[in-house]
Parts: sequence; structure tokens; C-alpha cells
Amino acid sequence: MLESKSKEAALESVAGNGLLHRRIFIAQGTALLGAGGLGLLTPSLAAAQRLPNLAKVPGKSMSGYGNRSPYEAHIERNNILSYPGTTGSGGSWTPLESLEGIITPSALHFERHHSGVPDIKPEEHRLLIHGLVDRPLVFDLDALSRYPMVSRIQFIECSGNSRVGEGALPVQKTCGGLHGLLSCSEWSGVPLSILLDEAGVDPKARWLLAEGADSAAMTRSVPMAKAMDDALIALYQNGERLRPSNGYPMRLLLPGYEGNASIKWLRRIKVTSGPTMTRNETAEYTDTRPDGSSLLFTFEMEVKSVITAPSLGRSMRQPGLYEISGLAWSGAGRISKVEVSVDGGKSWGLAALADPVLSKSFTRFRAAWRWNGTPAVIMSRAFDESGAQQPSRKQLLEARGLKRNYHYNAIQSWKIAANGEVTNVHA
Amino acid sequence: MFTRKSLWLCSLFSAAFVSAAQEGPGLGVQATPAQIAAWDISIAPDGEGLPAGSGTVVDGEVLYLAQCVACHGFEGSGNPNNQLVGGHGSLSGPRPVKTVGSYWPYATTVFDYTRRAMPYAYSNSLTDDQVYSVTAYLLFLNGIIDKEDVMDANTLPQVEMPNRDNFVLAYPENPDW
Repeated sequence: MLESKSKEAALESVAGNGLLHRRIFIAQGTALLGAGGLGLLTPSLAAAQRLPNLAKVPGKSMSGYGNRSPYEAHIERNNILSYPGTTGSGGSWTPLESLEGIITPSALHFERHHSGVPDIKPEEHRLLIHGLVDRPLVFDLDALSRYPMVSRIQFIECSGNSRVGEGALPVQKTCGGLHGLLSCSEWSGVPLSILLDEAGVDPKARWLLAEGADSAAMTRSVPMAKAMDDALIALYQNGERLRPSNGYPMRLLLPGYEGNASIKWLRRIKVTSGPTMTRNETAEYTDTRPDGSSLLFTFEMEVKSVITAPSLGRSMRQPGLYEISGLAWSGAGRISKVEVSVDGGKSWGLAALADPVLSKSFTRFRAAWRWNGTPAVIMSRAFDESGAQQPSRKQLLEARGLKRNYHYNAIQSWKIAANGEVTNVHA
Repeated sequence: MFTRKSLWLCSLFSAAFVSAAQEGPGLGVQATPAQIAAWDISIAPDGEGLPAGSGTVVDGEVLYLAQCVACHGFEGSGNPNNQLVGGHGSLSGPRPVKTVGSYWPYATTVFDYTRRAMPYAYSNSLTDDQVYSVTAYLLFLNGIIDKEDVMDANTLPQVEMPNRDNFVLAYPENPDW
């Protein structure tokens, strides 16, 4: 009796068009899913009644460095484009729609390079800290590896991510094709504050310049307050040394800031009184307003969320119970709540936030939806602990105009057709 | 409401720029002035870091036609890559054309970026005189300096870029927007 009562409660509707209470994923989730069955989880039980022949012969040997299943090899970064006449000056996008949880596999972390991926021998690499310091210092990788390390799960988002949303017509791409300049990893490394303290920062210092060892010698100015707060010299990504495409052997990591500022292949930090006004913080990565003026140093990535499933390319099938799964994140701190609508924004219900809910990290959210098989528009909106709320596309464009190119964090909507196919719509 | 602005102010006031919690093993090796001089290629907007040497518009045009035109087009007109000249007055319209002349706030940035990152296939290969020259040529094409003007460590920081006052600092002021 008790079980059926709680089952009833869990299936209670919280918003229009069949959105169910998030309790289904918290308390009795497994039992309910087992009993009711999500629409997509309906394998033929008959097939499992005989052991497959494969299990009767020895499999492959152990290996020194593992590979994914060959049946998953089609999951790749996409939108790979480089400036004309170049091969390494552009980006590749994370296939968000194919991933679950909050960690992006290192091999699928998005890339945005300005002059390719350098081949750096770790024993030859040095980090120089100089400028307004008492003692200019040089560190090699061996030395840095002996410092106290911290590990943090943090997202990195390119500030140009999702910018196609500014366009009048919705672009028909996958979730990763629209929003995939976005990834989240566990980063381990040395707090920059320790190294700056060792060098002895002049009280007049308010900024620093970070420079990469790539052919573009990528540079950004960083506020000293951020450097002393949570900036990291990252040496490891998801447990292993950084990938070359993520800054091997060391990168700056500025949690919550636009990705461009987290300089890869970090070779030099110059402590300064003011910003250096490099090309990539003036000519680029500045936000032009409707009156033609532009904002400098819009560092923080604002609160945002996307639905990864269902999404374009991940169609629905027959009517029934489905899980809506997505990602929320904010450069201002923790996600406080995510709301989901399955009736085009007319009504909203709370999604369940999956543990862990960490500051400046991906947060996975889930909602249960009983789809009745009629066309529907689904969307999510995130809120963070600073009180900020993800805006609608209309609100964002009204407030900021169409010339910004950066920091587009509006709600994005998927339309489900009666046949279950999913398209991107401006709702 | 706890706005983004108040968050920034909190972080500013709380930062004395000395971290208390952790201490390292002190393995940094003192850098020599020669090491620093070789590595320090960045130029501040007040001109700090600009090297000796100078360049002219005429020399810059010769260099541009040899090393830059294939990507940036005749006289900086762009195509296949970034347009470097023109676009003046376009920022307030629906389609801003952002070039060195119409958008960049500091002339020192032209020297800094060209020396560190250009030409794309051979970055950091130009002499300082060459970088001054091509900087002068681009500023001339944009109508910002005269054909006779010579660019050097003294004159370049004094060049007033047309769009300079059209930038607003979002940090640390961080207006609501």
C-alpha cells in the first residue's frame, strides 16, 4: 500500500503537458523506472535469455592505455573549422548530446586555438613570473609538481559559445553543435597564489598578464584579485597530465571566467599595475552594445543551461515516460535550481539536481515527462546562488542587442514533432 | 538583491593579495635580467616594453605586400582573413566592421600583436623595425597618421585611436547589463 501511494505521489504532475515531480529521481526512482519503464529503456528481454557465443571464448588482452569501444568511435568533436589557409586556428566542439554526468572526457574537451597545438617537451618548458614582484622566478614542471596541489571540477566555456542563437532563424544543429564550446573536467594543479606569494607581489600590482607558448603567444590580462582567489596552474586533467590540446604541460585555469582567459601552454606571467590591452581582450572578446560602445573585460560566464536529451538527433519514439536530461552551470558559483517547461514556457516545474552540485562546475539536472505523443516545445532555465536567472532569448536580445557576439546565455528550446523528431526553435 | 556588482566589490575588498592558507616548498629559481629581457615581449598601452628602432609607412607598404597581403587583402581590405582597414562609423549600425582603424583602442596593441603572432606561418620573425613599419602602414591606411610620420617607442604610444573612448570597463566597475 505504502509503495503504491508513494508511487502515485512521485508521478504527480508539477507543470503543464505531463511534466512530473522531480521526486521520481530522488526517492523511489529506480523502482519506479523498473516498473513503469522509460520510453527509451525497453530492450527486448527475450534476447537476453540465451548467453551470446562471445562470452564463451577468451577476449582481448590487457593494454597499456585503454581505448573506448569501437562501437562508440563515431562520437567525435564536431564543427571543426579553421581560418582560411590555416589548420589550427579555429575550434572543435564537444558532442554534449552524447555524454552523461558532468565530466567531459579529455579526448572530447572542446578546442579553441589561435595558432594550433604546440609540441612542447616537458623538460624544456619553463614558467616565468616577473614584473611587479620582489623576486622574479622561473619554475620547471618538476618543481611545480612538488607544490601542494588542489583538484577542482570546473567548466570552461568559450565566450563565443551559442552565439548562433542571435540569428533570426534557429540553426539546426545538435546540442553540441550549438553549445559545444563548453566542457567540464577535474583539474589538478598548484594554486597560483602560492607562486605569486613566493615571488612577492608589489602592493601596486592590480593585474597580471598571462602568456602562452603557442605560435600566437596568446595573451590575456587577469585581475590580481582573481589570481589570488581561485586561479590554478593546472597540470592534470581528469587524473592524467593535460592533453596537448588543453595546454600540456601547464595551463592557467580561471574558474567561471570566459575560456579564452585560461591561457593554455602557459609560459609567462607578468605582474602589472594595469591591463596590457592585448589584441584578444580589445579587438576580440569585447562586447559591442546597440549604441556602438563596447565592454572590456566581461570575464564571468553567466548562468545558463541546455537540454542534452531529448535534443536534435536524439529523437523521441512512442508516447510514454521519458527522462529530460541537461546541464546547468554559472561562472558566479553554484546552481541553485533548474526549471523545465514542456509546454513552450507556459508553465515550469523544478528539475532534480544530481549530486554533486559544485561551484563553477557543470550540474546535471533531470526531469520526468510523460509525453502524450503530440507536438511539444521543451526548454530549461537555470538560476544560480548569486540570484541570477537565465534569460529568455527575447529578454537577452532586448537588453543587449544583436552585436555582442559573446556571452550569449539565453534559454534554447527544442520542438518535439508528433513523430518524435527534434528541432531547434526560437520560442 | 545580491547583484553581480556587489559580488565583485566583495572580492576586491577581501583581497589583500597575500594568500594565507598554503605555502609552497620555495622551488622557484631566481630569473636573471637577461632571461626576462628575452622573454618579455608584451607592450603596455603606455608604451612600456617598446623596443628601440623605428619604422615608416613606405617601408611598411613594401613589407605588407610581401608578407601580409595574401591573407589580409590589398591595403588591408581583408579576405580571406581579417579586414584591417576601414569600417569607420560602422559600430553603431547594424553590422559593425571591426578593424584596426574602426575598433582597436590602443596603437601599442598593433605592435604587440603583429610582433608576437604575425605573419601567421612565421610568428615572431619580423625585426622590430619591420614591426614598427607595418604598424605605421596600417595606421596610415586607416587615416590615423600621416604618410611622413615615423613610428618608434616615443611616437607610437601617443597615437590616438579613433574608437578609444568608446570602450567601457566592465571590470572592476561591472555595470549592470
